Amino acid sequence: MSLNDILDSLFPAGHAVDVANSVITGQAQTAQGPVAVLGTTDAAAIDHAMALALADFILDTVEQHPGRPLVFLVDTSGQALSRSQELLCLNGSLAHLASCVDLARRQGHASFSLVTANAVSGGFLSFGLMADKAYALADAQVRVMDLRAMARVTKIAHERLVELAASSPIFAPGAESYVRMGGIEAIWPAASAELLERALLAAVQTTPVTDQRMGCGLSRGGRQLAAGVAKMVQNTVLGA
Amino acid sequence: MNPSLATRHSWFEATARARINGLLDAGSFREILPPAEAQPSPHLAQLDLPGAFDDGVVIGCGRLAGKAVFVAAQEGQFMGGAVGEIHGAKIVGLLRRAVKEKPAAVLFLIDSGGVRLHEANAGLIAISEIMRAVLDARAAGVPVVALVGGSCGAFGGMGIVAKLCSAILMSEEGRLALSGPEVIETVAGVEEFDAKDRALVWRVTGGKHRYLMGDCAMLVEDDLAAFRTGATEFLAGWTEPAPSLAGLRTRQRALKNRLAAYGALRDGLDVWAALGVTQPESVPLLDRDSLVALKEGLPT
Repeated sequence: MSLNDILDSLFPAGHAVDVANSVITGQAQTAQGPVAVLGTTDAAAIDHAMALALADFILDTVEQHPGRPLVFLVDTSGQALSRSQELLCLNGSLAHLASCVDLARRQGHASFSLVTANAVSGGFLSFGLMADKAYALADAQVRVMDLRAMARVTKIAHERLVELAASSPIFAPGAESYVRMGGIEAIWPAASAELLERALLAAVQTTPVTDQRMGCGLSRGGRQLAAGVAKMVQNTVLGA
Repeated sequence: MNPSLATRHSWFEATARARINGLLDAGSFREILPPAEAQPSPHLAQLDLPGAFDDGVVIGCGRLAGKAVFVAAQEGQFMGGAVGEIHGAKIVGLLRRAVKEKPAAVLFLIDSGGVRLHEANAGLIAISEIMRAVLDARAAGVPVVALVGGSCGAFGGMGIVAKLCSAILMSEEGRLALSGPEVIETVAGVEEFDAKDRALVWRVTGGKHRYLMGDCAMLVEDDLAAFRTGATEFLAGWTEPAPSLAGLRTRQRALKNRLAAYGALRDGLDVWAALGVTQPESVPLLDRDSLVALKEGLPT
Protein backbone atom coordinates (compact mmCIF):
# COMPACT_ATOMS: atom_id res chain seq x y z
CA MET A 1 0.00 0.00 0.00
CA SER A 2 1.50 3.32 -1.06
CA LEU A 3 1.87 6.23 1.33
CA ASN A 4 -0.73 8.18 -0.62
CA ASP A 5 -3.24 5.34 -0.36
CA ILE A 6 -2.61 5.18 3.37
CA LEU A 7 -3.05 8.93 3.74
CA ASP A 8 -6.26 8.87 1.66
CA SER A 9 -7.65 6.05 3.83
CA LEU A 10 -6.72 7.73 7.10
CA PHE A 11 -7.70 11.28 6.18
CA PRO A 12 -10.59 11.30 3.68
CA ALA A 13 -11.36 14.90 4.69
CA GLY A 14 -8.05 15.99 3.25
CA HIS A 15 -4.32 16.06 3.79
CA ALA A 16 -1.39 18.16 2.62
CA VAL A 17 1.76 16.21 3.26
CA ASP A 18 5.27 16.59 1.84
CA VAL A 19 7.77 13.78 1.51
CA ALA A 20 11.44 14.74 1.31
CA ASN A 21 14.37 12.40 1.96
CA SER A 22 11.86 9.76 3.17
CA VAL A 23 10.61 12.18 5.83
CA ILE A 24 6.88 12.92 6.00
CA THR A 25 5.68 16.29 7.27
CA GLY A 26 2.34 17.99 6.85
CA GLN A 27 -1.18 18.54 8.08
CA ALA A 28 -4.44 16.63 7.76
CA GLN A 29 -8.10 17.21 8.55
CA THR A 30 -10.05 15.02 10.94
CA ALA A 31 -13.49 15.19 12.50
CA GLN A 32 -11.73 16.53 15.58
CA GLY A 33 -9.89 19.27 13.73
CA PRO A 34 -6.47 19.56 12.12
CA VAL A 35 -3.63 17.24 13.09
CA ALA A 36 0.09 17.35 12.33
CA VAL A 37 1.21 14.32 10.35
CA LEU A 38 4.87 13.31 10.42
CA GLY A 39 7.14 10.31 10.20
CA THR A 40 9.11 8.30 7.70
CA THR A 41 8.38 6.19 4.65
CA ASP A 42 10.18 3.74 2.34
CA ALA A 43 11.65 1.79 5.28
CA ALA A 44 13.86 4.78 6.06
CA ALA A 45 17.13 4.11 7.84
CA ILE A 46 17.06 7.07 10.21
CA ASP A 47 20.09 9.32 9.95
CA HIS A 48 21.00 12.71 11.40
CA ALA A 49 19.26 14.67 8.64
CA MET A 50 15.99 12.75 9.01
CA ALA A 51 15.99 12.97 12.79
CA LEU A 52 16.64 16.70 12.66
CA ALA A 53 13.94 17.26 10.00
CA LEU A 54 11.38 15.50 12.22
CA ALA A 55 12.59 17.37 15.30
CA ASP A 56 12.32 20.70 13.47
CA PHE A 57 8.75 19.96 12.44
CA ILE A 58 7.75 19.00 15.98
CA LEU A 59 9.27 22.18 17.41
CA ASP A 60 7.49 24.26 14.72
CA THR A 61 4.20 22.56 15.61
CA VAL A 62 4.67 23.21 19.33
CA GLU A 63 5.42 26.85 18.57
CA GLN A 64 2.87 27.59 15.88
CA HIS A 65 -0.02 25.24 16.71
CA PRO A 66 -0.19 24.78 20.48
CA GLY A 67 -2.00 21.60 21.43
CA ARG A 68 -2.40 20.28 17.88
CA PRO A 69 -2.30 16.47 18.00
CA LEU A 70 0.64 14.66 16.39
CA VAL A 71 0.06 11.58 14.24
CA PHE A 72 3.30 9.71 13.54
CA LEU A 73 3.53 7.37 10.56
CA VAL A 74 6.31 4.88 11.13
CA ASP A 75 8.14 3.06 8.39
CA THR A 76 11.75 2.61 9.42
CA SER A 77 14.25 -0.19 8.97
CA GLY A 78 16.19 1.17 11.97
CA GLN A 79 19.10 3.56 12.12
CA ALA A 80 21.49 4.39 9.29
CA LEU A 81 24.46 2.04 9.52
CA SER A 82 27.51 4.09 8.66
CA ARG A 83 30.72 5.28 10.17
CA SER A 84 30.19 8.96 9.32
CA GLN A 85 26.81 8.86 11.06
CA GLU A 86 28.33 7.34 14.21
CA LEU A 87 31.21 9.81 14.10
CA LEU A 88 28.69 12.60 14.76
CA CYS A 89 26.95 10.63 17.52
CA LEU A 90 23.80 9.40 15.78
CA ASN A 91 22.41 8.35 19.16
CA GLY A 92 22.55 12.04 20.08
CA SER A 93 20.33 13.13 17.21
CA LEU A 94 17.90 10.31 17.93
CA ALA A 95 17.82 11.35 21.58
CA HIS A 96 17.17 14.93 20.51
CA LEU A 97 14.22 13.78 18.40
CA ALA A 98 12.88 11.77 21.34
CA SER A 99 13.23 14.85 23.56
CA CYS A 100 11.18 16.88 21.09
CA VAL A 101 8.35 14.31 21.14
CA ASP A 102 8.54 14.38 24.92
CA LEU A 103 8.39 18.18 25.03
CA ALA A 104 5.30 18.16 22.81
CA ARG A 105 3.62 15.76 25.25
CA ARG A 106 4.48 18.00 28.20
CA GLN A 107 3.06 20.98 26.32
CA GLY A 108 -0.27 19.19 25.89
CA HIS A 109 0.03 17.72 22.40
CA ALA A 110 -1.72 14.34 22.27
CA SER A 111 0.08 11.88 20.01
CA PHE A 112 0.00 8.39 18.63
CA SER A 113 2.00 6.51 16.06
CA LEU A 114 0.93 4.05 13.39
CA VAL A 115 3.45 1.55 12.06
CA THR A 116 2.58 1.37 8.38
CA ALA A 117 5.23 -1.10 7.23
CA ASN A 118 8.45 -1.51 9.28
CA ALA A 119 9.45 -0.56 12.80
CA VAL A 120 12.95 -1.58 13.80
CA SER A 121 15.03 -0.80 16.90
CA GLY A 122 16.61 2.67 17.05
CA GLY A 123 14.35 4.15 14.41
CA PHE A 124 11.28 2.98 16.31
CA LEU A 125 12.67 4.10 19.70
CA SER A 126 13.32 7.67 18.59
CA PHE A 127 9.74 8.65 17.72
CA GLY A 128 7.23 5.82 17.21
CA LEU A 129 7.66 4.47 20.72
CA MET A 130 7.89 8.00 22.17
CA ALA A 131 4.31 8.79 21.15
CA ASP A 132 1.62 8.40 23.82
CA LYS A 133 0.49 5.18 22.13
CA ALA A 134 1.57 3.09 19.15
CA TYR A 135 -0.61 1.16 16.70
CA ALA A 136 0.38 -1.04 13.77
CA LEU A 137 -1.18 -2.12 10.50
CA ALA A 138 -1.76 -5.86 10.32
CA ASP A 139 1.04 -6.58 7.85
CA ALA A 140 3.61 -4.38 9.60
CA GLN A 141 7.02 -5.79 10.52
CA VAL A 142 8.10 -4.86 14.04
CA ARG A 143 11.44 -6.12 15.33
CA VAL A 144 14.77 -5.30 16.95
CA MET A 145 17.43 -6.43 14.56
CA ASP A 146 18.24 -8.29 11.39
CA LEU A 147 18.69 -11.94 12.41
CA ARG A 148 22.03 -12.23 10.63
CA ALA A 149 23.52 -9.40 12.67
CA MET A 150 21.85 -10.77 15.78
CA ALA A 151 23.48 -14.17 15.21
CA ARG A 152 26.91 -12.59 15.06
CA VAL A 153 26.38 -10.50 18.19
CA THR A 154 24.82 -13.25 20.34
CA LYS A 155 27.03 -16.02 18.93
CA ILE A 156 23.89 -18.13 18.62
CA ALA A 157 23.55 -19.92 15.27
CA HIS A 158 21.36 -18.18 12.71
CA GLU A 159 19.23 -21.32 12.26
CA ARG A 160 18.64 -21.49 16.01
CA LEU A 161 17.52 -17.84 16.04
CA VAL A 162 15.12 -18.44 13.18
CA GLU A 163 13.71 -21.41 15.07
CA LEU A 164 13.38 -19.41 18.31
CA ALA A 165 11.76 -16.49 16.56
CA ALA A 166 8.99 -18.82 15.43
CA SER A 167 8.00 -19.73 18.99
CA SER A 168 9.07 -17.23 21.66
CA PRO A 169 6.70 -14.30 22.28
CA ILE A 170 9.30 -12.35 24.26
CA PHE A 171 11.66 -12.73 21.35
CA ALA A 172 9.55 -13.24 18.21
CA PRO A 173 9.52 -10.38 15.71
CA GLY A 174 6.06 -9.16 14.80
CA ALA A 175 3.46 -6.58 15.80
CA GLU A 176 1.41 -9.25 17.59
CA SER A 177 4.24 -9.85 20.06
CA TYR A 178 4.46 -6.12 20.74
CA VAL A 179 0.74 -5.96 21.48
CA ARG A 180 1.09 -8.75 24.01
CA MET A 181 4.13 -7.02 25.51
CA GLY A 182 2.27 -3.73 25.89
CA GLY A 183 4.48 -1.82 23.44
CA ILE A 184 1.76 -1.53 20.80
CA GLU A 185 -1.79 -0.66 21.76
CA ALA A 186 -3.63 -2.49 18.98
CA ILE A 187 -3.33 -3.82 15.44
CA TRP A 188 -5.47 -2.26 12.71
CA PRO A 189 -6.63 -4.65 9.98
CA ALA A 190 -6.17 -1.80 7.48
CA ALA A 191 -5.62 1.95 7.37
CA SER A 192 -9.04 3.44 8.15
CA ALA A 193 -10.46 6.84 9.04
CA GLU A 194 -12.74 5.28 11.63
CA LEU A 195 -9.84 3.68 13.54
CA LEU A 196 -7.84 6.88 13.26
CA GLU A 197 -10.68 8.99 14.68
CA ARG A 198 -11.10 6.52 17.53
CA ALA A 199 -7.38 6.55 18.35
CA LEU A 200 -7.30 10.33 18.15
CA LEU A 201 -10.27 10.67 20.48
CA ALA A 202 -8.67 8.31 22.97
CA ALA A 203 -5.41 10.26 22.77
CA VAL A 204 -6.92 13.70 23.35
CA GLN A 205 -9.11 12.42 26.19
CA THR A 206 -6.25 10.80 28.07
CA THR A 207 -4.79 13.30 30.53
CA PRO A 208 -2.42 13.29 32.18
CA VAL A 209 -0.43 10.95 29.99
CA THR A 210 1.62 8.42 31.90
CA ASP A 211 3.52 5.40 30.60
CA GLN A 212 1.10 2.49 30.98
CA ARG A 213 2.97 -0.06 28.91
CA MET A 214 4.14 -2.29 31.77
CA GLY A 215 0.60 -2.67 33.04
CA CYS A 216 -0.65 -3.47 29.53
CA GLY A 217 2.06 -6.07 29.03
CA LEU A 218 1.05 -7.69 32.30
CA SER A 219 -2.69 -7.74 31.67
CA ARG A 220 -2.14 -9.10 28.17
CA GLY A 221 0.10 -11.88 29.49
CA GLY A 222 3.14 -11.04 27.35
CA ARG A 223 5.32 -9.31 29.92
CA GLN A 224 4.64 -10.85 33.28
CA LEU A 225 7.55 -9.59 35.37
CA ALA A 226 8.30 -5.95 34.55
CA ALA A 227 5.31 -4.30 36.25
CA GLY A 228 5.83 -6.18 39.51
CA VAL A 229 9.59 -5.56 39.58
CA ALA A 230 9.20 -1.81 38.93
CA LYS A 231 6.53 -1.56 41.62
CA MET A 232 8.69 -3.42 44.12
CA VAL A 233 11.62 -1.09 43.41
CA GLN A 234 9.38 1.93 43.98
CA ASN A 235 7.90 0.62 47.21
CA THR A 236 10.81 -1.11 48.94
CA VAL A 237 11.44 0.41 52.35
CA LEU A 238 15.16 0.85 52.91
CA GLY A 239 16.81 0.57 56.31
CA ALA A 240 19.14 3.32 57.50
CA MET B 1 43.93 14.60 38.38
CA ASN B 2 46.60 12.11 37.38
CA PRO B 3 46.84 9.43 40.06
CA SER B 4 49.86 7.20 39.91
CA LEU B 5 49.29 3.74 38.52
CA ALA B 6 49.80 2.25 41.97
CA THR B 7 46.86 4.10 43.53
CA ARG B 8 44.58 4.01 40.53
CA HIS B 9 41.56 1.65 40.54
CA SER B 10 40.43 1.19 36.97
CA TRP B 11 36.74 1.88 36.31
CA PHE B 12 37.01 -0.10 33.10
CA GLU B 13 38.18 -3.22 34.95
CA ALA B 14 35.88 -2.87 37.96
CA THR B 15 32.59 -4.70 38.47
CA ALA B 16 29.36 -2.72 38.81
CA ARG B 17 29.42 -3.20 42.58
CA ALA B 18 33.06 -2.08 42.86
CA ARG B 19 32.20 1.03 40.81
CA ILE B 20 29.35 1.90 43.18
CA ASN B 21 31.60 1.42 46.21
CA GLY B 22 34.30 3.61 44.70
CA LEU B 23 31.83 6.27 43.61
CA LEU B 24 29.69 6.79 46.71
CA ASP B 25 30.55 7.85 50.26
CA ALA B 26 32.00 4.85 52.08
CA GLY B 27 29.36 2.53 53.50
CA SER B 28 26.43 4.64 52.28
CA PHE B 29 25.03 2.32 49.61
CA ARG B 30 21.73 0.51 50.24
CA GLU B 31 20.81 -1.90 47.47
CA ILE B 32 17.21 -2.22 46.30
CA LEU B 33 16.25 -5.77 45.30
CA PRO B 34 19.57 -7.31 46.34
CA PRO B 35 20.33 -10.75 44.89
CA ALA B 36 18.80 -12.55 47.90
CA GLU B 37 15.40 -10.95 47.16
CA ALA B 38 15.49 -11.24 43.40
CA GLN B 39 15.10 -13.79 40.65
CA PRO B 40 17.22 -14.39 37.56
CA SER B 41 15.71 -13.98 34.10
CA PRO B 42 13.45 -16.92 33.25
CA HIS B 43 13.86 -16.00 29.57
CA LEU B 44 17.58 -16.79 29.68
CA ALA B 45 16.91 -20.02 31.56
CA GLN B 46 14.61 -21.02 28.73
CA LEU B 47 17.57 -20.73 26.35
CA ASP B 48 19.80 -22.77 28.70
CA LEU B 49 21.85 -19.66 29.42
CA PRO B 50 23.06 -18.81 32.93
CA GLY B 51 21.21 -16.02 34.69
CA ALA B 52 22.19 -13.59 37.44
CA PHE B 53 20.16 -12.78 40.51
CA ASP B 54 20.57 -9.06 39.90
CA ASP B 55 19.92 -9.56 36.15
CA GLY B 56 22.99 -7.50 35.36
CA VAL B 57 22.10 -4.23 37.05
CA VAL B 58 22.65 -3.08 40.63
CA ILE B 59 20.33 -0.33 41.90
CA GLY B 60 19.94 1.52 45.17
CA CYS B 61 20.41 4.65 47.22
CA GLY B 62 23.48 6.20 48.78
CA ARG B 63 25.37 9.41 49.32
CA LEU B 64 27.79 11.35 47.15
CA ALA B 65 29.75 14.00 49.09
CA GLY B 66 26.95 13.91 51.65
CA LYS B 67 24.06 14.33 49.21
CA ALA B 68 21.42 11.64 48.80
CA VAL B 69 21.64 10.05 45.36
CA PHE B 70 20.16 7.07 43.55
CA VAL B 71 22.42 4.77 41.57
CA ALA B 72 21.90 2.26 38.78
CA ALA B 73 25.01 0.36 37.67
CA GLN B 74 24.99 -2.03 34.75
CA GLU B 75 27.28 -5.04 34.92
CA GLY B 76 29.05 -5.29 31.58
CA GLN B 77 30.42 -8.69 32.45
CA PHE B 78 26.93 -10.20 32.50
CA MET B 79 25.35 -10.48 29.03
CA GLY B 80 27.23 -7.36 27.94
CA GLY B 81 25.14 -5.24 30.32
CA ALA B 82 22.25 -5.69 27.93
CA VAL B 83 18.71 -4.74 28.92
CA GLY B 84 16.24 -7.56 29.46
CA GLU B 85 12.81 -7.49 31.06
CA ILE B 86 13.85 -7.52 34.76
CA HIS B 87 16.99 -5.45 34.18
CA GLY B 88 14.98 -2.73 32.45
CA ALA B 89 12.16 -2.76 35.00
CA LYS B 90 14.63 -2.24 37.87
CA ILE B 91 15.98 0.91 36.20
CA VAL B 92 12.50 2.22 35.34
CA GLY B 93 11.35 1.59 38.92
CA LEU B 94 14.35 3.48 40.32
CA LEU B 95 13.77 6.48 38.02
CA ARG B 96 10.08 6.59 38.96
CA ARG B 97 11.03 6.42 42.62
CA ALA B 98 13.36 9.38 42.01
CA VAL B 99 10.41 11.46 40.74
CA LYS B 100 8.72 10.98 44.13
CA GLU B 101 11.70 11.05 46.50
CA LYS B 102 13.71 13.71 44.66
CA PRO B 103 17.30 12.68 45.43
CA ALA B 104 20.03 15.18 44.49
CA ALA B 105 20.69 13.06 41.38
CA VAL B 106 20.38 9.69 39.75
CA LEU B 107 23.83 8.40 38.78
CA PHE B 108 23.50 6.02 35.87
CA LEU B 109 26.59 3.84 35.45
CA ILE B 110 26.00 2.71 31.89
CA ASP B 111 27.90 -0.32 30.60
CA SER B 112 25.71 -1.89 27.97
CA GLY B 113 25.38 -2.94 24.37
CA GLY B 114 21.67 -2.02 24.44
CA VAL B 115 18.80 -4.44 24.02
CA ARG B 116 19.41 -7.99 25.29
CA LEU B 117 18.70 -9.78 22.06
CA HIS B 118 17.60 -12.97 23.86
CA GLU B 119 14.68 -10.93 25.22
CA ALA B 120 14.55 -8.58 22.27
CA ASN B 121 10.98 -7.28 22.49
CA ALA B 122 11.02 -6.91 26.26
CA GLY B 123 14.37 -5.16 26.02
CA LEU B 124 13.31 -2.70 23.33
CA ILE B 125 10.14 -1.70 25.15
CA ALA B 126 12.06 -1.46 28.43
CA ILE B 127 14.56 0.93 26.86
CA SER B 128 11.67 3.04 25.59
CA GLU B 129 10.32 3.08 29.15
CA ILE B 130 13.74 4.06 30.49
CA MET B 131 13.89 6.92 27.95
CA ARG B 132 10.56 8.30 29.14
CA ALA B 133 11.44 7.73 32.80
CA VAL B 134 14.77 9.59 32.44
CA LEU B 135 12.94 12.56 30.93
CA ASP B 136 10.28 12.38 33.66
CA ALA B 137 12.94 12.43 36.39
CA ARG B 138 14.67 15.40 34.76
CA ALA B 139 11.38 17.23 34.33
CA ALA B 140 10.80 16.69 38.05
CA GLY B 141 14.08 18.53 38.64
CA VAL B 142 16.24 15.47 39.35
CA PRO B 143 19.46 15.44 37.31
CA VAL B 144 20.29 12.10 35.71
CA VAL B 145 24.02 11.78 35.07
CA ALA B 146 25.46 9.07 32.84
CA LEU B 147 28.90 7.66 33.70
CA VAL B 148 30.43 5.81 30.78
CA GLY B 149 33.75 4.03 31.04
CA GLY B 150 33.08 0.30 31.11
CA SER B 151 34.12 -2.42 28.71
CA CYS B 152 30.76 -2.47 26.91
CA GLY B 153 30.43 1.30 26.53
CA ALA B 154 26.98 2.74 25.84
CA PHE B 155 25.56 1.37 22.61
CA GLY B 156 22.23 0.77 20.93
CA GLY B 157 19.25 2.03 22.87
CA MET B 158 21.51 2.69 25.86
CA GLY B 159 23.47 5.11 23.68
CA ILE B 160 20.22 7.00 23.14
CA VAL B 161 19.42 6.83 26.87
CA ALA B 162 22.89 8.22 27.69
CA LYS B 163 22.23 11.21 25.44
CA LEU B 164 18.88 11.83 27.15
CA CYS B 165 20.63 12.28 30.49
CA SER B 166 21.51 15.70 31.93
CA ALA B 167 25.15 15.06 31.06
CA ILE B 168 27.63 12.29 30.30
CA LEU B 169 30.92 11.82 32.14
CA MET B 170 33.29 9.61 30.17
CA SER B 171 36.74 8.17 30.44
CA GLU B 172 39.03 7.87 27.47
CA GLU B 173 38.33 4.12 27.50
CA GLY B 174 34.56 4.67 27.36
CA ARG B 175 32.74 4.32 24.06
CA LEU B 176 29.45 5.90 23.08
CA ALA B 177 27.53 5.30 19.85
CA LEU B 178 24.37 3.81 18.38
CA SER B 179 25.23 0.78 16.26
CA GLY B 180 28.16 -1.35 17.32
CA PRO B 181 31.01 -1.45 14.79
CA GLU B 182 30.47 -5.21 14.37
CA VAL B 183 26.85 -4.65 13.36
CA ILE B 184 27.84 -2.01 10.82
CA GLU B 185 30.57 -4.24 9.46
CA THR B 186 28.19 -7.21 9.15
CA VAL B 187 25.48 -5.27 7.35
CA ALA B 188 27.41 -2.61 5.43
CA GLY B 189 30.76 -4.34 4.89
CA VAL B 190 34.28 -4.15 6.23
CA GLU B 191 35.09 -1.19 3.92
CA GLU B 192 32.46 0.82 5.77
CA PHE B 193 33.66 -0.05 9.27
CA ASP B 194 36.41 -2.49 10.17
CA ALA B 195 35.36 -3.58 13.66
CA LYS B 196 38.76 -5.20 14.28
CA ASP B 197 40.58 -1.89 13.81
CA ARG B 198 40.54 -0.89 17.49
CA ALA B 199 42.22 2.48 16.89
CA LEU B 200 39.58 3.39 14.30
CA VAL B 201 36.71 2.25 16.54
CA TRP B 202 38.14 4.44 19.27
CA ARG B 203 38.54 7.47 16.95
CA VAL B 204 34.85 7.18 16.02
CA THR B 205 33.22 6.24 19.36
CA GLY B 206 35.80 6.81 22.13
CA GLY B 207 35.78 9.20 25.07
CA LYS B 208 38.32 11.66 23.68
CA HIS B 209 36.40 12.09 20.43
CA ARG B 210 33.09 12.52 22.22
CA TYR B 211 34.68 15.06 24.54
CA LEU B 212 36.27 17.08 21.74
CA MET B 213 32.88 17.17 19.98
CA GLY B 214 30.99 18.17 23.12
CA ASP B 215 28.93 14.97 23.20
CA CYS B 216 30.12 14.29 26.74
CA ALA B 217 30.38 17.05 29.31
CA MET B 218 33.46 15.83 31.11
CA LEU B 219 36.43 13.59 30.39
CA VAL B 220 37.83 11.80 33.44
CA GLU B 221 40.66 9.37 34.09
CA ASP B 222 39.90 5.65 34.07
CA ASP B 223 39.84 5.67 37.86
CA LEU B 224 37.09 5.14 40.43
CA ALA B 225 38.18 8.22 42.41
CA ALA B 226 38.25 10.36 39.25
CA PHE B 227 34.65 9.43 38.42
CA ARG B 228 33.68 10.27 42.01
CA THR B 229 35.40 13.66 41.85
CA GLY B 230 33.97 14.34 38.39
CA ALA B 231 30.39 13.51 39.39
CA THR B 232 30.68 15.58 42.56
CA GLU B 233 32.06 18.59 40.68
CA PHE B 234 29.50 18.29 37.92
CA LEU B 235 26.56 18.20 40.32
CA ALA B 236 27.91 21.12 42.38
CA GLY B 237 27.73 23.33 39.29
CA TRP B 238 24.51 22.02 37.77
CA THR B 239 20.90 23.11 38.02
CA GLU B 240 18.51 20.92 36.06
CA PRO B 241 16.75 23.12 33.49
CA ALA B 242 13.00 22.72 32.89
CA PRO B 243 12.27 21.17 29.48
CA SER B 244 11.68 24.06 27.08
CA LEU B 245 11.11 24.90 23.45
CA ALA B 246 13.97 27.41 23.56
CA GLY B 247 16.38 24.82 24.93
CA LEU B 248 15.52 22.30 22.22
CA ARG B 249 15.72 25.00 19.50
CA THR B 250 19.25 25.79 20.65
CA ARG B 251 20.18 22.12 20.53
CA GLN B 252 18.55 21.79 17.12
CA ARG B 253 20.65 24.64 15.69
CA ALA B 254 23.86 23.20 17.13
CA LEU B 255 23.17 19.74 15.69
CA LYS B 256 22.30 21.18 12.26
CA ASN B 257 25.43 23.31 12.13
CA ARG B 258 27.54 20.38 13.14
CA LEU B 259 26.02 18.13 10.50
CA ALA B 260 26.63 20.77 7.82
CA ALA B 261 30.24 21.23 8.91
CA TYR B 262 31.34 17.64 9.51
CA GLY B 263 28.68 15.40 7.97
CA ALA B 264 30.87 14.16 5.14
CA LEU B 265 33.84 13.14 7.32
CA ARG B 266 34.53 9.52 8.21
CA ASP B 267 37.35 9.51 10.74
CA GLY B 268 37.99 11.25 14.04
CA LEU B 269 41.31 12.50 12.64
CA ASP B 270 39.46 14.49 9.95
CA VAL B 271 36.93 15.92 12.42
CA TRP B 272 39.64 16.97 14.86
CA ALA B 273 41.55 18.71 12.07
CA ALA B 274 38.33 20.50 11.06
CA LEU B 275 37.82 21.50 14.70
CA GLY B 276 41.16 23.28 14.56
CA VAL B 277 43.44 20.69 16.18
CA THR B 278 46.80 21.32 14.53
CA GLN B 279 48.20 17.83 15.10
CA PRO B 280 45.20 15.50 15.09
CA GLU B 281 47.44 12.43 14.87
CA SER B 282 48.79 13.30 18.34
CA VAL B 283 45.35 13.17 20.01
CA PRO B 284 45.43 9.42 20.74
CA LEU B 285 48.72 9.90 22.62
CA LEU B 286 47.63 12.78 24.86
CA ASP B 287 46.88 12.15 28.50
CA ARG B 288 43.57 13.33 29.95
CA ASP B 289 44.79 16.70 31.26
CA SER B 290 46.56 17.59 28.01
CA LEU B 291 43.46 16.68 26.01
CA VAL B 292 41.26 18.87 28.22
CA ALA B 293 43.75 21.73 27.78
CA LEU B 294 43.73 21.15 24.03
CA LYS B 295 39.92 21.37 23.89
CA GLU B 296 39.88 24.53 25.96
CA GLY B 297 42.32 26.12 23.51
CA LEU B 298 40.27 25.30 20.40
CA PRO B 299 38.58 28.08 18.42
CA THR B 300 34.86 28.24 19.18
